Amino acid sequence: MLRAAVQLVALAAAVAVIAVLVVNVQRNSDRLNIPTSFDYLDRPAQFPIPDTDFRQTQPVRDAIVVGLWNTVRVSAVGIVLATLLGTLIGVARLSGNWLVRSAARVYVEVIRNIPLYIFVTFAYGSLALVTFPRIEEAWRPLGLAVLSNRGLLVPRLEGRVALLGVAVLLAVLASVLIARRRYAVADRTGAAPRWGWYATPVVAALLGAGWLAGGLTVDVPEALDDRVGFTGGLRVSPELFAILFALVLYTSSHIAEIVRGSIQAVQKGQGEAAMALALSPWQRLWYVVLPQAFRVAVPPLGNQYLNLLKNSTLGYTVSFFELARVTSLSVGNGAPAVPSYLLTLTIFLVLSLVVSLLVNLANRRLALEPAR
Amino acid sequence: MTAATGAPPARAGRAELARRWVRQNLARSRVDAAVSVVALVACGYVLFRLARFVLVTGRWDVVRVNLRLFLVGRFPPDHLLRVSVSLVVVAAVAGLVAGVVHRRQVAAGTATLPDLGPVRRLSVVAVRLWPLLLGTLLLLLLCSTPGPWVTVGVAAAAAVVGRVVGARLPRVAHPAVVLVALATGPALVAYLVAAEGWERWGGLMLNLFIAATSIALCFPVGVLAALGRRSRLPVISWLSTGYIELFRGAPLFVLLLMANVALQFFIPSTLAPGKVVRAIVVFTLFTGAYLAEIVRGGLQSLPPGQEEAAKALGLSPISTTFLIVLPQALRNVIPAQVGQLISLFKDTTLAGAAMGLFELAEIGRAATSQAGFAGQRLLPETLGFVALLFWIGAYTMSRESQRIEAKLGVGER
Repeated sequence: MLRAAVQLVALAAAVAVIAVLVVNVQRNSDRLNIPTSFDYLDRPAQFPIPDTDFRQTQPVRDAIVVGLWNTVRVSAVGIVLATLLGTLIGVARLSGNWLVRSAARVYVEVIRNIPLYIFVTFAYGSLALVTFPRIEEAWRPLGLAVLSNRGLLVPRLEGRVALLGVAVLLAVLASVLIARRRYAVADRTGAAPRWGWYATPVVAALLGAGWLAGGLTVDVPEALDDRVGFTGGLRVSPELFAILFALVLYTSSHIAEIVRGSIQAVQKGQGEAAMALALSPWQRLWYVVLPQAFRVAVPPLGNQYLNLLKNSTLGYTVSFFELARVTSLSVGNGAPAVPSYLLTLTIFLVLSLVVSLLVNLANRRLALEPAR
Repeated sequence: MTAATGAPPARAGRAELARRWVRQNLARSRVDAAVSVVALVACGYVLFRLARFVLVTGRWDVVRVNLRLFLVGRFPPDHLLRVSVSLVVVAAVAGLVAGVVHRRQVAAGTATLPDLGPVRRLSVVAVRLWPLLLGTLLLLLLCSTPGPWVTVGVAAAAAVVGRVVGARLPRVAHPAVVLVALATGPALVAYLVAAEGWERWGGLMLNLFIAATSIALCFPVGVLAALGRRSRLPVISWLSTGYIELFRGAPLFVLLLMANVALQFFIPSTLAPGKVVRAIVVFTLFTGAYLAEIVRGGLQSLPPGQEEAAKALGLSPISTTFLIVLPQALRNVIPAQVGQLISLFKDTTLAGAAMGLFELAEIGRAATSQAGFAGQRLLPETLGFVALLFWIGAYTMSRESQRIEAKLGVGER
């Protein structure tokens, strides 16, 4: 009886708070003559987005799509790069080499105790716009890329790239099937699985077929003949570079700590048992320690990925047109503030859910299976 | 090949010991030695560039001239004495609390260094807090007036006096010390606000004010939400979960942008909270949600026997929660909690970018476009200085958390 009463009161209070908020929004909007509907999505955005085809006459809806694409793009690339760099530094933290170990430790302790905003500001205002050479003196590593204060040009694939994507998917699928089959054989006969030996030619053949079928060529940025500048290639704007650089640097220091902790969490006996079985150091790391470490690492890694996704909104501060900047600009150009921000928050909730879902899938795949 | 491992013989010379250390830590194999050389060159280059920037190429005038702006923003110069007094009071209270804690630990037999001479103890504290002390020294060296030196000297003396007094206070006085410590914050804020309202504060002082206030406010929020999420009453549990997940799924930066332009729609138009208050509200709700999940982890780590034993002793549910469950649960997750508070401290920079508050990082950005410094590309200097201040704060917190963690033996049961 008491429990029901307490819950009823709590529910009533929550409903009352929400009702007051809604009434307030309605009343304040009416007073200021601001609509509360989502009609603004179809009205012209009135601001262009640089480096895209988006013009100011296009509706706000399209601007939000461009912002969403930029957020997803920077988060996805950032997650991959931060994981690679973070794993490298996390393993270096445990190196037997004192110098490597100490350098990795200093990297982690310095980077993770400085606010991300400072890295973003520095990467844009100092690195990308000032330290990088002017376009006349652009830096061209190996003649493949062009680095200047107007951004980074990297080689781009030309042709039907989608076909190569299909080939990559097929190759992944084929590797999984081959690995399964080889492990089944290994279980039956005791022979080493060596699935890499069997999968590599298949993968190579599939990728080659995809490349040829797509008629792909590599478009390397070339210097213009008639004036200063370059043509071709994929352009990474200084803004994108700055936010990506800062996100990867900052998140990698956190991931390194997770990787280190997870490897240390694997019981010492596991490595010793592997040594007793005469596995090589590499086999010990690859077959015994890392699989168990990853099991521990996945949930906190997922949290870091979520943080990176949300931190990508700092692109706002360097004029990178991700969701927060698009929202803020459209509000500045007459879109109603409350619906705009609620929409953005909802999009981020959905994106977070997608990332959580993927991490949970990986987690379930890696979690200890109950003994059969 | 000679045996490189095992205990060194007692007569081994210093050179031999050094050689042995190198063989074990830098050159365990040829590949390892090559890695060491590459790493040495890379580290040496980075250190050289850094040292050159700090000592030779850095133009630190922009920091020296604006030092007061960086630290206290546009706090009226006539009232800077209030800031000094606040610092001294904080030092004294910190010393008092440290003394009381030490006395209680000695009584309980858990003190790591129960009997140490005063000089040795000071050196232990100095080693523990080296980033803070070095940072203070650096700031003093950048000062051009004697005021800060006097302030720091008096604050250090106050801390020592507080420590000595605290260690001699009888047990009955300890609750009073807790009350004094809790009352210090609000009292100092009131004292400072009497000179200048917090909406016009700036610099490091503003970052610390926002962080400290949000920390104090987010603890009750987080603990209540964690308890609510684990409640057996479904409605309470849903509401808590809704709050936690909503704020954990939202980017802090967007919430701050929203607080800047959309918050006034949600509240009656007669209420018009200033930007600092809005920022504190956002930081509190955001960190509270994260803290709730951390506390929930602590609650889940407790064996159910604790609660059952308390029930068997006839404790009420409220007593069980606040006397048995929470103290252990909170203790188990101290590192994660401190980590969250460090994040909060660093995130106060976002209040500048999203809401235009005049906090430390924003000053670092703005100082480069001041008259006299504009167009000189001074961003590395100003941001480097700002980053150093944040690093000192965050690194000191994380070191202290590791120390407490080791002391409590968390994870060693």
